[in-house]
Amino acid sequence: MSAMVIVGAGECGARTAMNLRSAGWTGDVVLFGAETLLPYERPPLSKAALLGIGDPQPATLYSEQDFADARVSHRGGVRVDRIDRETRQVILSTGEAIDYHKVLLATGATPRTLPIAAGFETVHMLRTHDDALRLRSRLTRGARITVVGGGFIGLELAACAAEKGCRVTVLEAAPRLLGRAVPAEVASVLHARHLNAGVDIRCGVTVTDLTEVGGIATVVLADGSSIDTDALVVGIGAIPDTDVAEKSRLQVDNGIRVDRYLATSDPDVFAAGDCCSFPHPLFGDRHIRLESWRNAQDQAAVAAANMCGGSEIYTAVPWFWSDQFDLGLQVAGMPDEADREVVRRRPDGIDIRYGLDPAGRIVSAAAVGPGNAVAKDIRLAEMMIAKRISPDPDLLADPSVNVKALLR
Amino acid sequence: MSTWIPACKTGDIDAEDIIPFEHDGNQYAIYRSDDDQFYATDGYCTHERELLCDGLVMGNTIECPKHNGRFDYSSGAAQGAPVITDLRTYPVKIDDDTVYIGIG
Repeated sequence: MSAMVIVGAGECGARTAMNLRSAGWTGDVVLFGAETLLPYERPPLSKAALLGIGDPQPATLYSEQDFADARVSHRGGVRVDRIDRETRQVILSTGEAIDYHKVLLATGATPRTLPIAAGFETVHMLRTHDDALRLRSRLTRGARITVVGGGFIGLELAACAAEKGCRVTVLEAAPRLLGRAVPAEVASVLHARHLNAGVDIRCGVTVTDLTEVGGIATVVLADGSSIDTDALVVGIGAIPDTDVAEKSRLQVDNGIRVDRYLATSDPDVFAAGDCCSFPHPLFGDRHIRLESWRNAQDQAAVAAANMCGGSEIYTAVPWFWSDQFDLGLQVAGMPDEADREVVRRRPDGIDIRYGLDPAGRIVSAAAVGPGNAVAKDIRLAEMMIAKRISPDPDLLADPSVNVKALLR
Repeated sequence: MSTWIPACKTGDIDAEDIIPFEHDGNQYAIYRSDDDQFYATDGYCTHERELLCDGLVMGNTIECPKHNGRFDYSSGAAQGAPVITDLRTYPVKIDDDTVYIGIG
């Protein structure tokens, strides 16, 4: 009998494999991953895995026994080449062919590379556990660490490096950190925290050249200045891994294009997680692509149900977090849908920044504070976004008003 | 045998909310439901070591502030991924306006 075949054993692929059982599939499940490790969580790679002492183990999602119990065949260290949709087979790079009932592409995203940095010993990327181990070995007290890219990955690992006593420089091409994903005021709180920890942040700079001699890289900037560094970390975003989809002649447009049921242009092939571009019903069915842990997890549930013949629509509100030093940032919704901002200034000095669209509907919320201090407010905002509420802006801004009351 | 430890005053918790309580180096969470019942559980989520007191209470559910793992705080039952291990609960009694939790 043909199998459910999952291509990609990250958060989304691994969870889908297991979810197929709860969705009622009793036939074979084959989970292909490029890495040999058991599937693991990636968020710690730019956080705990860099900081911890000893030999950090990956935060494994499932054990060998879990897979055995669920009769999921996990095949690590395997590359899938393409899907032959005529013969209904998934073709591996070795030429081996597996008959499929349905396929899920959960191929994720690959870090964008800096072409001039290709092939240098001192250059690092961060996507896998092995990447984290290699980088971690360079984060020694006093080491000079230069991070290209002032996004989430770059800032999280800059914070880790600073906490380990490295001398850290962050180079960002845009005028400010964190781009459009986060309101400027929220980004500036994090910026100040980094400066306070001694991180040298330079915005509006571009790298024009790179040389490497004796284990030391020299980064040349557009203004002619240069920085010597022991390690250069490139964190300039990721691109969806669409190779298999393209070779299988599926529709691709900023990721593998899927419908609201996560089906690709072939109804027997699904895509989910970082690799897919899906229409979001909360935002006018606009196609978006998310690189987030929770999106991967939530789409895994929808993909499994629909691969088993269901017709679930993915409607979860986009949400992500970032931890830097003692601060936690959370963002819910789509800040770029907003055309006005309402700020709720809490008694503890934390600002919750809500985004409202032209119709007054709440479409986003963002805030940063110590630990998980902003979690409750962002979660409530997420529920308001999901319920398409248009709150009275004065009540929303008033910290004495219980936000739960606005939800009812 | 439970030892009854005074944790807080009933007025310290809003309805449908949670506060932290520390005793003897251990973290607990005290809840007040919408219908004014009081409950107590361990303070940390069973998934990763996150304090639940920063999480959101809706109905009888507490949601972890970091990864959204959910528990029924009246029974401790885990409500699904990413949480698989139930939350330990403790008996609660109210004497006058003091909330006591039973430990041990």
